[in-house]
Amino acid sequence: MKVGLFIPCYINQLYPQVGKATLELLEKLNVDVVYPSGQTCCGQPMANSGYENESVGACTHFVNNFKTFDYIVTPSGSCAYHVKKHFDVIPQTEDVINVRNNVYELCDFILNVLKIKDVGASFPYKVGIHKSCHGLRGLRLGSCSEKVTPEYSYIGELLAEVTGTEIIKLSREDECCGFGGTFAVAEEAISVKMGKDRVQDHLDHGAEVITATDTSCLMHLEGLITRNKQPLKVLHIAEILNSVN
Amino acid sequence: MSHSQAAAIFNKDEKKVNWHDKALWFVRHKRDKAAHSVTGWEALRNLGQGIKAHTLSNLDNYLIQFEENALKNGVQVHWAKNADEHNKIVHSILKAHNAKKVVKSKSMLTEECHLNPFLEADGIEVIDTDLGERIVQLAKEPPSHIVLPAIHKTKEDVDALFQEHLGTKPCAGDPQYLTGEARKHLREKFVNADAAITGVNFAIADTGGFVVCTNEGNADMGAHLAPVHIACMGIEKIIPKQEHLGVFLRLLGRSATGQHITTFSSHFRKPREGAKMHIVIVDNGRTEQLSRPDFRASLQCIRCGACMNTCPIYRRSGGHSYDATIPGPIGSILSPGKDLTKHSTLPFASTLCGSCSDVCPVKIDIHTQLYKWRQIITKEVPQPFVKKSSMKFMGTMFAKPATFEKVGKAARWSLRNLPKGVINSKPNVWGNARDLPSGPEESFDEWYKKRKKDE
Repeated sequence: MKVGLFIPCYINQLYPQVGKATLELLEKLNVDVVYPSGQTCCGQPMANSGYENESVGACTHFVNNFKTFDYIVTPSGSCAYHVKKHFDVIPQTEDVINVRNNVYELCDFILNVLKIKDVGASFPYKVGIHKSCHGLRGLRLGSCSEKVTPEYSYIGELLAEVTGTEIIKLSREDECCGFGGTFAVAEEAISVKMGKDRVQDHLDHGAEVITATDTSCLMHLEGLITRNKQPLKVLHIAEILNSVN
Repeated sequence: MSHSQAAAIFNKDEKKVNWHDKALWFVRHKRDKAAHSVTGWEALRNLGQGIKAHTLSNLDNYLIQFEENALKNGVQVHWAKNADEHNKIVHSILKAHNAKKVVKSKSMLTEECHLNPFLEADGIEVIDTDLGERIVQLAKEPPSHIVLPAIHKTKEDVDALFQEHLGTKPCAGDPQYLTGEARKHLREKFVNADAAITGVNFAIADTGGFVVCTNEGNADMGAHLAPVHIACMGIEKIIPKQEHLGVFLRLLGRSATGQHITTFSSHFRKPREGAKMHIVIVDNGRTEQLSRPDFRASLQCIRCGACMNTCPIYRRSGGHSYDATIPGPIGSILSPGKDLTKHSTLPFASTLCGSCSDVCPVKIDIHTQLYKWRQIITKEVPQPFVKKSSMKFMGTMFAKPATFEKVGKAARWSLRNLPKGVINSKPNVWGNARDLPSGPEESFDEWYKKRKKDE
């Protein structure tokens, strides 16, 4: 099984530690993982802003980077969802179809492809899970509160096996944080309010750390936490699953 | 005004935003409990979607069948191509009966057609009889929600409005007193009405009958007392058979307010003795929406408002920020179909979180349609230069790894070295309320290359 590591653009530049944690974690789990150098972006920022045509170059580059892998794994539900859902903008060659079928969000890959629940991590803190929307309702990484279906959560199942971690319950289990790509800027007032409310839900329930399957949500929440000097940390789920205390 | 500008104004009063958000979340929570109490809720949603999709594919036949059966029942049927025709038809029926006083039960279609001002211009008194509708009517505002039209108003606001318009005593927002006074005021209007106008929730093709759902019984009160009943419906309100009604009545009440069923589901089929019944069937842009394959499913909507209650943006921006008869997520896919330029910012008033699609009782893929409208709007409606050029720049940058690396390096350097005041200056909207991450020395790409070399 040959696995290609897909590191989203903003993680590559701004949160390299998330990429490192993902790589180290996969290696620990004995995955034959390669990071194709020279990656850029899946094309989501342009497409979600209504400029799908401007994303063609990024999409084509993406497929060229990953067409030879059996699986493509990424620490971002949102980017994986974008590749799966919105790559119709380029011709559907066999390579494109394979890439779309084989792209996996990290937790999904560990749990459902590797069939591992306990990754051997230890993280003795109170953690709140922010269920990032595109992964949740796009990739179905967990059940969502609107639907009447059995409850499950991939990120929750993995986190439950981490030694010392206490998962806290939130009042609004799967409310959006308000990031939404360019929404965060175009609809600043609402975006900031949504983020503040999301942070408050975690504070109200005694969380020490907010985790998620998407660094983009966490970047938005961290921006508010830092600005407002609140007693919370954000960590991508890969960083928690890779930590050994 | 763009949605974001209107929302920013609404957000100046954070306490009010919190209150609005909590009030609607409470309804959403009630809806969850009610949905979870139904075995096979998801199957019911599938069924609802299936019936609606089938109906839309055979809409012409079902509309003709409905008309035939309604005529057989002694109901007069009218067809209106647009809002203007609709208003003129209603007006002419009222004229023919010399009706000067009209009681109206909540109808979003008549709101959409701006019927009230049209009739009022000819000296006809139109009283909205749903309490929430009456409140916003007194406040000279449009409804801010399709099921809870006055949800943006506090009981203290209502107290002040009633004192001004109904001559009530100050009561510090005592709901019991206020509803009692509203009841007295509305009873008087019902008793003296010359005609009643209602909306239609479901029109049944194989019987020619229709159903109106209310929680206050106000449609019944109007239609049972007045000598003329005019029911106004959009063409998408049709369902094929009486037996399908159970599917939608079960979905509607639970999705709308968390009730098992609306308090009143009033079935109308023929005029009572000595009275007249008219049905006005309205297109007003619906056929055009039906012709758009990507957006036709928006016509499946049964107007429960669940997408509004669940929408984290609607809850924090208020219905009026959408500047449309139908606000919220469903409105944001319906409105651009009517006026793309006026409503061009609505499909962007979303994080595409998808909650609306999952809560929708008839499974309209709302967030997918929002995404699709965005692609159309950027082509057909002039966009701000900054947005257009930055997207073009990003498109080029992400196609070339070397450019991406250079830009990333410069951005990281800036974040590390420039003073915060410069980084968070005006052009950086992000920085008004949020910090940016500190720029790391090394990108993941650089780190990986080094690591490989060291191996």
